[in-house]
Amino acid sequence: MGFFLTIITLVLALAITWRYLGSYMAGVFDGRVHFLAWAERPVYRLLGTGPEHEQTWKRYAGAMIIFSAVSMAVTYLILRIQGSLPLNPQHMAAVKPALSLNTSASFLTNTNWQNYGGESTMSYFSQIGALTMQQWVSPAVGIAVAIAMVRGFQRRNSPTIGNFWVDITRCIVYILLPMAFIAGIIFVGQGAVQTLGGPVSISDTLNGVTQTIARGPIGFMEAIKQLGTNGGGFLDQNSATTFENPTALTNWLSIYLLLSIPFALTYTFGKMVGSIRHGAALLGAMVIIFGVWVGFTSYGEHTNNPAVVAAGQCVDVPAGTTCTPTPSLTHTSTGNTEGKETRFGDTSTALFGVASTNTSTGSADASYDSFTPIGGMGLLTGMMLGEVTPGGTGSGLYTILIYAILAVFIGGLMIGRTPEYLGKKIQAKEVKLAGLGSLVMPMIVLIITGIAVSIHAGIVGPENSPPHGFTEILYALTSQGNNNGSAFGGLTGNSAFYNTVGAIDMLIGRFAIMIPALALGGVLAAKNVVPAGLGTFRTDNGMFVGLTIGVILIIGGLTFFPAVSLGPIVEQLSHGKFF
Amino acid sequence: MLDHLRRSAIFVVIAVIFTFAFAYAGTGVSQLFFKHQADGSITANGSTLIGQNWAAAKCPGHSVGSCVFHGRPDDTGPYAASKTQSGGDNPLEANGVSGESAATNYGPRSKLLLNATIQLIAYWKGLGVDDPTPDLVTTSGSGYDPDITPQDASVQIPMVSNATGVPASSLAALIKKETHRAELGFLGSDYVNVLQLNEALVKLQ
Repeated sequence: MGFFLTIITLVLALAITWRYLGSYMAGVFDGRVHFLAWAERPVYRLLGTGPEHEQTWKRYAGAMIIFSAVSMAVTYLILRIQGSLPLNPQHMAAVKPALSLNTSASFLTNTNWQNYGGESTMSYFSQIGALTMQQWVSPAVGIAVAIAMVRGFQRRNSPTIGNFWVDITRCIVYILLPMAFIAGIIFVGQGAVQTLGGPVSISDTLNGVTQTIARGPIGFMEAIKQLGTNGGGFLDQNSATTFENPTALTNWLSIYLLLSIPFALTYTFGKMVGSIRHGAALLGAMVIIFGVWVGFTSYGEHTNNPAVVAAGQCVDVPAGTTCTPTPSLTHTSTGNTEGKETRFGDTSTALFGVASTNTSTGSADASYDSFTPIGGMGLLTGMMLGEVTPGGTGSGLYTILIYAILAVFIGGLMIGRTPEYLGKKIQAKEVKLAGLGSLVMPMIVLIITGIAVSIHAGIVGPENSPPHGFTEILYALTSQGNNNGSAFGGLTGNSAFYNTVGAIDMLIGRFAIMIPALALGGVLAAKNVVPAGLGTFRTDNGMFVGLTIGVILIIGGLTFFPAVSLGPIVEQLSHGKFF
Repeated sequence: MLDHLRRSAIFVVIAVIFTFAFAYAGTGVSQLFFKHQADGSITANGSTLIGQNWAAAKCPGHSVGSCVFHGRPDDTGPYAASKTQSGGDNPLEANGVSGESAATNYGPRSKLLLNATIQLIAYWKGLGVDDPTPDLVTTSGSGYDPDITPQDASVQIPMVSNATGVPASSLAALIKKETHRAELGFLGSDYVNVLQLNEALVKLQ
């Protein structure tokens, strides 16, 4: 019942957000909303640009790539010299080169893969100036690219697709800043920590315990971490810790925040191209897949943990150990409790996990490594679908638009009609770009996984034995290739090998999709619109929703099925065996 | 190209300044309106949000740790009784890493998890808890879950009643009184904060 109400309230809140935030974002990027122009203008003056300076897709992409390179370099530099910078009450030393490389690539690409424990590695200066800084700009860059691609459908015979600097500035000022500030206040009000005062020591007279408790400016970082589908938290255990995610209410708020912009962008798309139905069709494909994934993942987590049940029944007891059966462990319906927090419960934790992996967030309110095989498979395969259900801030929209173009092409071929999407002819060049954008990710993920399981440096990573150990490797490289950032935490990722291949994985996973997306925007913007006729294949009805879902499942499902069957599927089928 | 470089450098500087301004503004607002929460919900005996090691509580005339309610076996690293060793109420080493929030990360079909669970069951039975619940034999995600469910507390009643002399019915009433309902009645689970429960228990005695 509680879980049912959790879902209902989320659906209601997200439906309202879809309609109004979606419409508001369209207004922001079309330039109709300008009540904060006083904050925008000084930025444009410093940059020497402005809304009147439109860019071709090549200039737009050039600005995006060079900005990304510069911001990654700055992040890297701050991590390397944090020992000499202020705001370092715990006297953290410089972060090592390979780890700095991985971490700066990770936050740049909106992945937020963390090969370090935040409270034991990063100074306050690094957490704010290097990591949180990227948590603001990387979602803005993602949304800007999505909007630029949408302009390809919105405009006719246009050589330009907008201005990169204006788009990222507007995104931060009008969308991210107000929402994150309000959410930050709620997080802190519920109990998230927000102080620059350093760790605190306590002593308990009841049990003689003394503790030194790590603290920091956590609550407001939490807000942008979730809203920008970043996922990288201040503390090692992320949203499982009480200081980041103190109550079930903040857990709900986290799920809401990380789904709000990715879903709402489909409305923005519909509004900008003048057909809400087209946005709703994409939303439909996202919601149907998302719903199925929530269903089987939370079912998986609502079953008991096999190892705990076996211990309760005294199965497989090592020789020489005494064991008496424990009825509570075999009969309860508390679900899988290993690695989960009491205040959230099993199903809400699974919902959080699905929301976090089907967007490109990757925050974790539990140890995903300890999920049941079915539950863990839900998280892993959610990422493998290419982060489109609903995907990350911006990245979800531009990736599903690439899938939609493929769906149009395939649908057109099947029934012999002209492939058109929103009146724009889909021709060889568009299909090539869409093919590139959809195939690079699976290729890079599978190739690097193949390398990792073949060489010593890769094989020593996992903590668990196969098949779960294989899943840990596959999960890590899938997560980084899709810019998700969640982990099966048993993998020791902080090695020269995993830091380096991870960085490559993340950078290719981001830019090999972004650049074709921008190119598509540019190519489509230059085209005129063909009036819809009887021969036009409809792209705003249930049939098209089904076709898009089919393309997403076939690309994600068929490409990764062999790899998944060696991991979670084998594990699920190994009844009564322990490894 | 040079234009892009110049604008990138300027924008990154603006972004860093903006991020610091946001963090400081957030800290200011938080310290002004929610000082207790923003500082970590610290009370006389520790933070209500950070689980503690109750296994070492001294109980004159009874076995160590039997006169208080325990949290989940999950408290390692800097939050533990001793900073240098894994000193939680888990008699086992959770994952050997000190200094961080941490989970075991054992897979669902892990022999290590099976063995750890068997040893935790034996540990509870040694303390007089005959039927430990799943929460009590598994570790949490953060490594310092401060809460347990009302049922987790109830199964510890015989142990605590025996060591403190407080009748079982009074303990049951105490747990009921200390139970926090799920947020807004439907979000998450009902839970008991172990620190608050033990403070109430001491008052009762």
